[in-house]
This record gives sequence, C-alpha cells and structure tokens, in this order.
Amino acid sequence: MTTGAAPVPPTVEAGSLPGVTRSARPTAWLGGLGVGVVVLLAFMPSIVSQADTSILLNFFILLTMSSMWNLLAGYAGMVSIGQQAFVGLGAYTVLVLADGGFNPVAAIPIAALVCAALSVPISLLVFRLRGGYFAIATWVVADAASLVISSIGSLGGGTGKPVPGLSSLSPKSFEQVTYWAALAVVVVAVGMTYALLRSRLGLVLAAVRDNEVGARSAGARVVTARRIVFLVAALGCGAAGALLAVSQLNVQPASVFNVQWSAEMIFVTMIGGIGTIEGPILGSVVFFLLQQNLAHEGAWYLIIFGALAVVIAIWAPRGLWGTATAKLRVQLFPVGYYVGRTRRRDRPGSAPPAPPAPPVASTV
Amino acid sequence: MSWLNAIIQGILTGGFYALFACGLSLLFGVMGIINLAHGDLAVIAGYVAVLLIPETHVPVVWSFVVVVPIFAVGGYILQRTLLQASLDRDPFTTLLVTFGLSVVAENALLEAFSSNGQSLNIGSLIAHSFNPTTSISLSYFSLTVLGVAVVVLGALQLFLSRSGTGRLIRAVADDKEAAQLVGVNYRHIFGIAAAIAFATVALAGIASGMYTEFAPTSGPANLLFAFESVVIGGIGSLWGTLVGGIVLGVAQQIGAQINPAYQVLAGHIVFLAVLAVRPRGLFGLRTSS
Repeated sequence: MTTGAAPVPPTVEAGSLPGVTRSARPTAWLGGLGVGVVVLLAFMPSIVSQADTSILLNFFILLTMSSMWNLLAGYAGMVSIGQQAFVGLGAYTVLVLADGGFNPVAAIPIAALVCAALSVPISLLVFRLRGGYFAIATWVVADAASLVISSIGSLGGGTGKPVPGLSSLSPKSFEQVTYWAALAVVVVAVGMTYALLRSRLGLVLAAVRDNEVGARSAGARVVTARRIVFLVAALGCGAAGALLAVSQLNVQPASVFNVQWSAEMIFVTMIGGIGTIEGPILGSVVFFLLQQNLAHEGAWYLIIFGALAVVIAIWAPRGLWGTATAKLRVQLFPVGYYVGRTRRRDRPGSAPPAPPAPPVASTV
Repeated sequence: MSWLNAIIQGILTGGFYALFACGLSLLFGVMGIINLAHGDLAVIAGYVAVLLIPETHVPVVWSFVVVVPIFAVGGYILQRTLLQASLDRDPFTTLLVTFGLSVVAENALLEAFSSNGQSLNIGSLIAHSFNPTTSISLSYFSLTVLGVAVVVLGALQLFLSRSGTGRLIRAVADDKEAAQLVGVNYRHIFGIAAAIAFATVALAGIASGMYTEFAPTSGPANLLFAFESVVIGGIGSLWGTLVGGIVLGVAQQIGAQINPAYQVLAGHIVFLAVLAVRPRGLFGLRTSS
C-alpha cells in the first residue's frame, strides 16, 4: 500500500519489441493515496468510538489472514484449510513469552517468526500431497497442533489461559497500542505480499499458475517457490494469531485453532476476488458489513457468506473486485505486466511510431 | 489384556472408518475431486433419520432403508447441478465449493437443531456383545458394521470390475473425453458415482449415529478420519482403505489406552508418520505427487 508507482520498464527499442509496463495506466498517485489511508487509519482511535476501533482491529486481523490465504491459493495454487494451525501457534507463542515476563506486544513479531520456522517441517510433510489431499492434510496438522497444545497443562490445557503483562495499561492506551500493532501487522502483510509478487518469485508463481510443466521446463524452482509462499503465509497467520492473543488477553485452544478462521479467510478471498491483492480488502469490508448487520442472528452470517462464496466461486470466479474491474483494468496494486503497450514518454519523438498494439493486452 | 481389548476395539472401529472412507475414495478415483463436505453428509444423514423415523414408523434399526435411497438420489442431483458446474471450472473450484457447502451445512444444522448431541436409539441391540473373556468384549453391532464395510467394499470392487456401469465408470475415470467420443455421457456416469458415494456415506452416518452421539460439528472429524484411512491405506486402493481404517482405529484405541485425551492425536500421529515414511500409503499403487 506504500508504493504504487510503476517502475521504469526495461528499455525497449521502439519498433522492435512491444513495451512492457506494470499497469495499464499511470498509478503513481495511488501510492500517495495508500500512504494517506494508512495515516488516516493511524489516527482512528482518537476519532471513532472504542467499539468502532475494536471492529477495525478485527478487520485488520481478518485482512491479514485473508491476504495470506490469497497468496497461498490465489497465487501459488495451494488450498490450505489448516491456516488456523499458525493462528493458534502464534497466539500460544505470545502466551508463552508473556508468561515468561516478555511484553506481549513486543512478542508479536517473535510469534510470527516462530510460526515461519515451524512451517518448514510442516511443509515437508504436507507437500507430499497435492490438491484436495493437501487441503485436508493441513487440516489434520492444525487439529494435531490443537490437541498437542490442549494436552499441555502449563498452557491452560483445554480451557486456555489469560495473557498477562498488559494489565498496567489504562483501557484507552491498551486499545490504542493493540490497534496500532494490528495496523502495523496488516500494512506489513499487504506490503510484503505486494513486494513478493513484484519480485522474481511473483514471476515464477505466475508462470506456474499458467502452465506448471512449462515453468518447470524453463527452470523455475516450483517447489522452492511454493515453500517460500507457505512460509510467508505462516508468518502472516502467526502474526494475526498473536494479535488475537494480545487484543483478547486470553487464549483458548478451541477458539484460536478453530477451522472457522480458515473458512473466513477462504470466503473473504473468494468473494472479494481471488488472485488480486485488492480482493481480500474488499472481501473483508463486505464480511464486516454483513457480520455487523447479522450480529444478532447467530450463525446466519456464516451461512449467507458461505453460500455467497459458493455462488461466486462457480459463476463469478474473479470475485467482486475482479468482476468489477475486468473491463476497466484498474489495479491498485499492479503486480503483473502489460505487454503490447509502449508508454508515451518512452517513445522517441522522431522515431517511427511503435507498431500497433495487439487488440487485447495480455496481463502476466 | 486391556491392551488386547484396545486392539480389538480398534479393529472394530476401523469398520466405521472404512465405511466413511469408501465414498471419499470413490469420488476421488472417478472425478479427481475431494468432497470436503463428505463428513457433514454423514451428519446430515443422521439428522434426516431423526426427522423421518417418527413419520415413517420404520424401526430405527432399519432407518437406512429410507435414508440411503434419499441420499443416492440427492447425490445424483447435487452432482448434476452444483458439483458439475464447479467441476466444469476446475478441481480447485470444486474444493472451495464443497468446503463452502460444508460450512453452510454445519451452521444451518446448528441453527436448526442446536449444538446438542443426538443419537439414533436402537435400544438394547447396541448392548449385546460376545465376551470370550471377562476383559474382552466384541459388540455385535460393531461386528455387523465391520461386516457391512467388508460387504460394501467387496460389492463396490465387483461392481467396478464386472458390471457394465462399473466399466463405464472406470473408462470415464481414465479419460472422460475419450469415453465421451465413444458415446458415454460422462456427466451421467459422474452422477452415478456420486449417488453411490452419497449412499455409502449415509450408511456410515447412520451406523455411527446408532453407535455414538453426533452433533452438527461432528462433520470435520468424520472427514479427517475418512481421509486418514484413505491415505494410510493408499490412495486408489479400496481394500487398502479398509486396512487404513483398521490401522487408524487401532492407533486411536491404543492412544486412548495410554490417556483418553490422546485418542484422536494418536491417529493423527500415525497418519503423519505414514505420510513421512511411506507417502503412497500401505497399499498405494500410484505415487501421490
């Protein structure tokens, strides 16, 4: 969200090769808009009520998780239903560190790193299966992690434990500190996703998504790329779980290891638009609007949201964002390349005009 | 002696798991999709039985006679509509759609029936058992379920290898475009496979509903145990699924013998160990990656 400027494309001699740009339109102003939104959000605790601050905080947590799931499934083709493993492990790392006298807020990045480290041995196991079997295997890992944690008495067993260390803060400053921690996590998560997808890794992932065999034969390290994505997703979900522990000041295995986290990540991403960075943001907004309006109707918001996700998956697989912007080609986070357009300012004035662009520019 | 009893109980539990797993295995084998709502289907079957039995005056023990055909028809219809539509996109979409259906079904059941456990009460039939020694008890009901699992798996194997429809299913599983070229309507064949899978999972759901309690949230556990049975036994092997179910059941009962809290965890550990050491399973013919 911090950098929206299109980089200078590789120098191309006019008339020999089509130009390559990051975006169909100049997007430098979006970077400024992104910074403005983040600054505005940073001042929110002083502007809106405590209840609204708490809603925003949960919005940031859900957006962090959904962005990670989007990275896994939308870009690397891995459907995980076990991301709650890292949500729970992140929360419990904060609890362990706080029990040891560590500041819970300072423990958030450590919890994220612990989850990233744990994701490596887990990936060695679950990467042996593909597709649907991979999905359920991650679920088994999450269930096993939950059962192991629940059996440890010093961590509160099955009933969980309160997180110590923040009771000295006044309610107002506690609210602000947790809010800012959540804002920092979500900005880093979305920014990291954006940077990752614009790097060489993003190129490999795009190649794998379009044609895995072709990508392999061109020398792309497909498994390494997947492993990095799995690790980053564990990092982000671990941070989100750590935020849950800090903001709720209580950790309970049945809550942090609940498969509902994965369900929400999946539905948010599907509805907002899988395979776009903007999708989870829009999906999270829709989710919170729906949840706030159906708060008194029990589980109905999940029923409606799930049914909506099913309908969108089948009949509008690009999601709300993808469907809305398919014609406009607007991208807040340009991660692909447009081939076939030469940017005007790169054209030498005296050179013959560039060859006509193909009718449809392809995005990579 | 209690260890021996644990192993025997585990073998008996394996019958339930194999019954749960064969539909999952069949759908994967034929269509290459994983039905993540598989476990919830078993729970729905239990609730359908709870709702229908007072209306139909069928003895509870025979409730499957009513529920299994309903599920077969429902499976065919669901396959021809929603599942086929998602399959026409790609396997990825099918995975997400079945997961969405699973969450919707679970929460809808919670709204309709609350989170309280239910069971299908078959009275004293559940209590009868064969006791060779004082510490070993073989429940006749569990033995029947194990027998049913063997019969269902055997019948499925025979059906796939000998019958005309079974041959069509195998042809479509191998190459649905080629099958279509010689005049097979693969969508209809997919529907038949789904009907069989739904029928077996309904049978499993009712059998387990008679034996233990079930609740709207029982679906994921059913799915995970069925899946573990399939992978331990070896993807693509029907008899492997039976062995996988038994291995899982024995692991869980031995875990429970050590500490009741370790029952499910022991099963997960054995599953992960198989994945680490022998990822194609005990009887798997194809590699999984």
